[in-house]
Amino acid sequence: MCLAVPAKIIEKNDMMATVDVEGIQRKISLMLLPDAKKGDFVLMHAGFAIQTIDEQEANYTAQLLKEVAQNDNA
Amino acid sequence: MRGINMGKGDITMEDKFITMAHGAGGVKSRELVEEIMVPAFDNEYLRQMHDGAKLPVKNNIAFTTDSYVVKPLFFNGGNIGKLAVCGTVNDLAMTGAVPKYISVGMILEEGFPIKDLRTIVDTMSQAAAEAGIYIVTGDTKVVNKNSGDGIFINTAGVGNLIDGCDIAPRNVKPEMDIIVSGYLGDHAAAIMALRHNLQLPDTLKSDCAPLNKLVYKILQAAPKIAVMRDATRGGAAAVLNEIAAQAGVGIIIDEDKLPVRKEVRGFCDILGFDPIYLANEGKMVIFADKTYSSRILAVMHKDVYGKNACIIGSTNSIAPGEVGLRTAIGGIRIIDMPAGEQIPRIC
Amino acid sequence: MIMPEECKKAAEFFLQNIDRLITKPTRFMEVCGTHTVSIFRSGIRQLLPEKVDLVSGPGCPVCVTPNDYMDTAIAYAKNSNVIITTFGDMLKVPGTSTSLYEARAEGADIRIVYSPLDALQLAINNPAKKIIFLAVGFETTAPLTAATIQTAQKKQINNFFILSAHKWTYTALDALLSDPTIKVDGFLLPGHVCVITGEAPFSFVSERYAKPAVIAGFEALDILRAVYMLALQVQNGQAKIENAYKRVVRTEGNPIAQNAISSVFSNTSANWRGFGGIENSGMTVNAAYAQYDALHSIPVTKENSRENPACRCGDVLKGNINPTQCPLFKKICTPEHPAGACMVSIEGTCHAWYKYGQGRYHYGR
Repeated sequence: MCLAVPAKIIEKNDMMATVDVEGIQRKISLMLLPDAKKGDFVLMHAGFAIQTIDEQEANYTAQLLKEVAQNDNA
Repeated sequence: MRGINMGKGDITMEDKFITMAHGAGGVKSRELVEEIMVPAFDNEYLRQMHDGAKLPVKNNIAFTTDSYVVKPLFFNGGNIGKLAVCGTVNDLAMTGAVPKYISVGMILEEGFPIKDLRTIVDTMSQAAAEAGIYIVTGDTKVVNKNSGDGIFINTAGVGNLIDGCDIAPRNVKPEMDIIVSGYLGDHAAAIMALRHNLQLPDTLKSDCAPLNKLVYKILQAAPKIAVMRDATRGGAAAVLNEIAAQAGVGIIIDEDKLPVRKEVRGFCDILGFDPIYLANEGKMVIFADKTYSSRILAVMHKDVYGKNACIIGSTNSIAPGEVGLRTAIGGIRIIDMPAGEQIPRIC
Repeated sequence: MIMPEECKKAAEFFLQNIDRLITKPTRFMEVCGTHTVSIFRSGIRQLLPEKVDLVSGPGCPVCVTPNDYMDTAIAYAKNSNVIITTFGDMLKVPGTSTSLYEARAEGADIRIVYSPLDALQLAINNPAKKIIFLAVGFETTAPLTAATIQTAQKKQINNFFILSAHKWTYTALDALLSDPTIKVDGFLLPGHVCVITGEAPFSFVSERYAKPAVIAGFEALDILRAVYMLALQVQNGQAKIENAYKRVVRTEGNPIAQNAISSVFSNTSANWRGFGGIENSGMTVNAAYAQYDALHSIPVTKENSRENPACRCGDVLKGNINPTQCPLFKKICTPEHPAGACMVSIEGTCHAWYKYGQGRYHYGR
């Protein structure tokens, strides 16, 4: 029961934030992630932000997959 | 519209809401028809004001009916009235007919705002004009408060079958191309987002549209297409499964080729939907011999309702009746017939 | 941004290396139901070499929810003063004799919500009604319910209640591993549970049971990469917890969310479909927040619950059998008429097997 999607905070108002998922917006709660800032990518689950997405780690994973793809499967 | 006196009086409708009197067949009923319906739908056949419309048709006709219930009644890109006209027009077009005349039956709930009814009727009139069809007969009934959902609409329609076209699932053979006319899932997203406090960008609208003129152009360019069907309830998945079963062919479509807007993908990610199961109201799926594909696409790309058309897959003889989807990583999964309504999930 | 061609190539890399590293029949279990769905939706099972079997564990909260809970929810739904709010997942789950879906058709007021906060808003909008939120889910979802209850208290909303079926995933995993008949060679750990809990609660998998485990994300390539990492551990004879989902899983998890759980809930024995009672595996509203516990505040009489004796959801959840070995599968039990919860939830193994065509699939491996 863990469908969660990355969302970008475009507005923060105390413990509520407006987030954007591919152009779709929703108001979600920051009660479980009070330090999240405008501009952060967060993981959204059932109307709550539950973690900040570490962009460095996300880039690292993407880079790793790209490298693996270039490897000729030797 | 039986028994309507067409003498133009000075009646002006002052009621703000539908009352039981509007369905009782008396003065109020007449006001409703004369001041709202007739001016909006006006045409020579409706003006006959007979028990039924007397219509000129060629020998072979297509005939269809559909009922429309939707919540919310008004949504980005249309309303229930537009659905009711386009839906029946499209059903006729899919049979290879030129839609001509439709009927409109409305069931109104006591207390329904007259201004909303006017909006719906005006939209129907515009949709009929765009499709080039006539609304030739109709009926309204009123039910008690809480016995309806504001408004239900039924439309039925007839159209002239185009000579030389044979649109039927049995014509579908292995190794044919499968074409969709544009982005999938826009309508469902526009309807369902509001229910879950999701705010869609204004650019994302229901795709509700009459496809008959596009279909006519396609059939002029390629009269021998095997079959086409509009992908409404159950989405493209339902159409693909129906055709696979009826034609006894297998189908493989390519996930990478499915046209889905990023907003609709986002909507699906949030609520756990699959875009291929989402309802459309202005999209069709065409099965045709590969030799016709480029001609069909060329025609479609010039039309506002087909400009994003593309080939999404093909039929085969390997797995009769089965619809498979080749995934982004090269696997295959079965796309089965949708089981009932789409329900959002958190899991 | 990964391009489609890169995606296919990366998948090929992982698949070829998994094939190279695994030399004998090997079973990995994905604990999380969201993994199950992703695996089926991306067609990973067919792409993996035959010697690598992926089995689904007890990680679909709907599937492990026993009839007893559904019957209670349905009994509440029949109270005309109550509005039931639920995630869509629960709507069609069968109880002993009916489901919420059928109860709704019979006139019960049942609303699907996306968030427990939407349920709380409904309570604010309907002060004369009692709003019961069906609080189902694991560690990922429980803190949301907890935060919603705390909000209700702060705003002094007294017509909001929950019926808790929240559970700790790791307790079921522990119960599973303590069963000597279970044959699993490694685990894909539930990424979004670990977002909340961090790595620590799952360390027993490697420490006590010497099994390899990888915390995995939910994209197809996340999963393939995690299986590849498991294969590397198997090849090297290792058994450790690795984190392949670092972009959101921190070692310590989300302490604020952990705190929300411990402030509002206390541990209790809970019933898991297929496993029976597991000590300290459930979360019940604690004394400080008891007024928000539906069972505490709203009396209810429900029917005697029993499970369909022929339904083998339990064995499926333990990974002992696959769905086709259940006598009800596809015969009596279908997504339209599910006999057990594994068929009703889209995350359920049986539903996934049915829907995505395992066993009736002619497109070749």
